[in-house]
Amino acid sequence: MLVLSRKKDESIMVGDHIEIKILAVEGEQIKLGIVAPKTVKVHRSEVFEAIQAQNKEALSTSPIFLEQLKKK
Amino acid sequence: MKIATKFLGEIEIVEKDILTFEHGLLGLEEHKKFILLPISEEHPLVLLQSVENGEIGFVVAYPFAFKKDYTFDLSEEDLEQLQIENEEDVLTYAVVTMKETLQDSTINLLAPLVINMEKKYGKQIVLQDSKAFPLRFPMQTLEGSAK
Repeated sequence: MLVLSRKKDESIMVGDHIEIKILAVEGEQIKLGIVAPKTVKVHRSEVFEAIQAQNKEALSTSPIFLEQLKKK
Repeated sequence: MKIATKFLGEIEIVEKDILTFEHGLLGLEEHKKFILLPISEEHPLVLLQSVENGEIGFVVAYPFAFKKDYTFDLSEEDLEQLQIENEEDVLTYAVVTMKETLQDSTINLLAPLVINMEKKYGKQIVLQDSKAFPLRFPMQTLEGSAK
């Protein structure tokens, strides 16, 4: 992992087109500004983790649900 | 060819119907070959079944049956990966998390499955997190919209 120190209003470039700027540092919270082409998807990591967990939960469906459907 | 399925026993499938998810589903990247099998005539539910592993099967549904105004744009990258040329070739499903009752079950609108039925490519895409696309959208509207 590359580690860089940055101050408020400083930024880093990832490749030629993605800029990540430190907008504010408030205690434990850091506000980032991300400038990236539309084709680049930017997500909080928790979103991906939550979707992975949800997929696994969906997989644990028991066949009982078929009975439930038939009852309706 | 015959495959084992999660809920429907052994089923004969046609190889040309097999869908390729090059990146699998999120968290389950190792499973790439799937087939869509109808589960129920009365409900808009389908089984997305791995053709290689009978244990790997997802209940999926048409998201539009549960949220009529559900729309999103596909990125250039997605269009390219799925080799989408015509909008009509695209089918969208959402993964259902089935609980003991339908009322408690939810549908994942945040990460829909986009499938090019013509080229047989599929992908789970992640929409920009927003209140409009919940990860656990309640399915309670099922009965009214199933007909």
